[in-house]
Amino acid sequence: MNPTSYEPASGYNFAYLDEQTKRMIRRAILKAIAIPGYQVPFASREMPMPYGWGTGGVQVTAAILGPQDVLKVIDQGSDDTTNAVSIRNFFRKTAGVAVTTRTADASIIQTRHRIPETQLSAGQVLVYQVPIPEPLRFLEPRETETRKLHALGEYGLMYVKLYEDIARNGHIATTYAYPVEVAGRYVMDPSPIPKFDNPRMHDMAALQLFGAGREKRIYAVPPHTSVRSLDFTDHPFTPQVFTEPCALCAARGVYLDEVILDDRGQRMFVCSDTDFCEERRASGHRGHLLGEAPAALSGQPAQQEAC
Amino acid sequence: MSGLHDQDEVPLLAVRGLAKYYGARRGCANVSFDLHQGEVLAIVGESGSGKSTLLNLIAAELEPDAGSVAYRLRSGETRDLFGMGEAERRLLFRTDWGFVRQDAAQGLRMGVSAGGNVGERLMMTGARCYGDIRATAGDWLERVEIDPRRIDDGPRQFSGGMRQRLQIARNLVTRPRLVLMDEPTSGLDVSVQARLLDLIRNLVAELGLAVIIVTHDLAVARLLSHRMMVMKGGAVIEEGLTDRVLDDPQHPYSQLLVSSVLAA
Amino acid sequence: MTSNSSSATPLLEVANVSKSFTMHLHGGARRDVLRAISFTAAPGEVVTLGGPSGAGKSSLLKMIHGDYHCPDGAIRIRHDDGVTDLASAAPRRILALRRHVIGYVSQFLRVIPRVSTLDVVAAAGREGGLAPDVASERARTLLTMLNVPGHLWALPPATFSGGEQQRVNIARGLIAPRPLLLLDEPTASLDARNRAVVVELIREKQRAGAAIVGIFHDEDVRDAVATRIVDVTRFAPAA
Repeated sequence: MNPTSYEPASGYNFAYLDEQTKRMIRRAILKAIAIPGYQVPFASREMPMPYGWGTGGVQVTAAILGPQDVLKVIDQGSDDTTNAVSIRNFFRKTAGVAVTTRTADASIIQTRHRIPETQLSAGQVLVYQVPIPEPLRFLEPRETETRKLHALGEYGLMYVKLYEDIARNGHIATTYAYPVEVAGRYVMDPSPIPKFDNPRMHDMAALQLFGAGREKRIYAVPPHTSVRSLDFTDHPFTPQVFTEPCALCAARGVYLDEVILDDRGQRMFVCSDTDFCEERRASGHRGHLLGEAPAALSGQPAQQEAC
Repeated sequence: MSGLHDQDEVPLLAVRGLAKYYGARRGCANVSFDLHQGEVLAIVGESGSGKSTLLNLIAAELEPDAGSVAYRLRSGETRDLFGMGEAERRLLFRTDWGFVRQDAAQGLRMGVSAGGNVGERLMMTGARCYGDIRATAGDWLERVEIDPRRIDDGPRQFSGGMRQRLQIARNLVTRPRLVLMDEPTSGLDVSVQARLLDLIRNLVAELGLAVIIVTHDLAVARLLSHRMMVMKGGAVIEEGLTDRVLDDPQHPYSQLLVSSVLAA
Repeated sequence: MTSNSSSATPLLEVANVSKSFTMHLHGGARRDVLRAISFTAAPGEVVTLGGPSGAGKSSLLKMIHGDYHCPDGAIRIRHDDGVTDLASAAPRRILALRRHVIGYVSQFLRVIPRVSTLDVVAAAGREGGLAPDVASERARTLLTMLNVPGHLWALPPATFSGGEQQRVNIARGLIAPRPLLLLDEPTASLDARNRAVVVELIREKQRAGAAIVGIFHDEDVRDAVATRIVDVTRFAPAA
């Protein structure tokens, strides 16, 4: 899908939110960038979609979106799941901005649960949808206390969580929303991305913004900021490792989804980042199951959704 | 720790003129005392006597209306608790102080395993080796007479007495020098109480702890404390050597308290 | 009165001590017990407090041990650092004196539940400054001498007979080498055989240079150990 601009629907302000609200959100974003990893409260608005569908990310995107921007929206790495399609349509309708599925072409990428495989570059912004922004919530339900713990940099509790993990499972069993320390100061929930993506947050050239609509929090990781996954010296952080390559594009070292093919338990592992996978296949890479894969997964061009 | 030569040593804790009012009602007023390393001070009195208010003031969980609490840090420097920054005070409280509470649910993380409960202070103070943390937690469970094989069980699976012992382990793991105890044995069966008191007594002697224990139970005060203060209506009405206050009480109210106890 | 039959410097000096109890729960009734008693005890002396029961002998021992207030007069105790007046000393000071200077055998054994007999005695030794292994060894020796059967050592003394408890109490009071010993009826519930053992233990302490102040109900024990008798009735308040 190549970037194309659309006429915005009339009756809406550009990108749905009114300008005052966008200014308020931008101020929160600026503060968040100034204090990497710190959760800035903001006056989250009601959006025309339920909580849990990315209202935080949508508000952040709306606040930073300009007419020249090119938007990509992914959910679990995929451009064509319901959530991604709806949000993309939302902005196409209310802002008339160009949308794309190509990571390299996008200036703003809103995401749920993944970081695109293609390395992001300076000038790009990655907007994460966040359900629960507070990494300490697991052990400390009092918001007053968690704020104090952040303020004083007391993060022993995070380690208690990891300790419990190891005590129960023999290893740190947290595989997504794995807590990180940002710029050597604040501990942050990276949103429910797989821990596979954690190392890729570190020193990223793009700006990373996080929006939690229900919890009314915005936080940020500025470009080229240190992001360290918490761990123990004798149980070091290890991202997931996939032994086989993508069945469709033969890519290695990427995050794979398991796809069940039939009732007999036939399955294959394919790139979770659909755009990345398609581009590789377009340039001639062929996985070992490419021929047998169902059309929905394989080389069929992604369907253009209707407006 | 306690020759005849240490009389001039600076006290570990110096409380001066401490007062707290709840509106017009006096929580406690004009309380002053020194506590030296290795000393156990019992604060006794009935409900509403101000003993818990006093303990919470010393723990900086309440703001006093007057007075000061000075503490001698490990560095030797003496500092006023209320003049410290919160970060520094919290660090002090989770390293050099302990607080054993009457209600284990307030003193423990009920959703966290015994090992995690004991290890928390270590992790709070920078321990980052799982194996070491776990080994230390296991040692402390053993010291408080909890089978180390139960290290992964949660406090909800423990009896009342075990929970209190777990609280003690959780507090002592950083080798604090001062431990506050708020009615640590009340609500426990008598036999369980005896075991807990014996354990506390031994740990106090072995580690040279200074302890402030709030209790309404004079037998607990007799067994554990060197000195005691009797409180009534927010004021200290009598204080001194525990044996002397219990055997030869001077104040009418102290006499009433002592004579109200059934001798066993 | 400050009679002093020994040429040694007194270790304990009781000077003009009076004692009365005010019972606030009984309309402030006042019971006078002692008036202006004075005496001394020097190393090697066994001062026996004489007088009928109720004369204030036990009260006096408790004042010297610090259990009772001493509002009038002075109780001066000499130690390495100088002299401390127990009547005005801070609790900390009294506790330090108890650890290092004053040994006390009370009439009744008061111990924590659950602790074994051997440990009750050894712990008293450790508190008095003995090394743990020395304390344990000495505890065994004393319990053996006092005929406390070995099979009882691992049990807490709470369930013992009166005589057994009293012997444990004596072992506890005598285990540490303290220069001043206060004995409150140590032989009250003992048979002749054990009385003889206690007499021997007291003499041993005396030979080692302890100053001893005691109350002995048994005349034969008193006669066997006393070097001087202070008749407390002479200090009873006028009726």
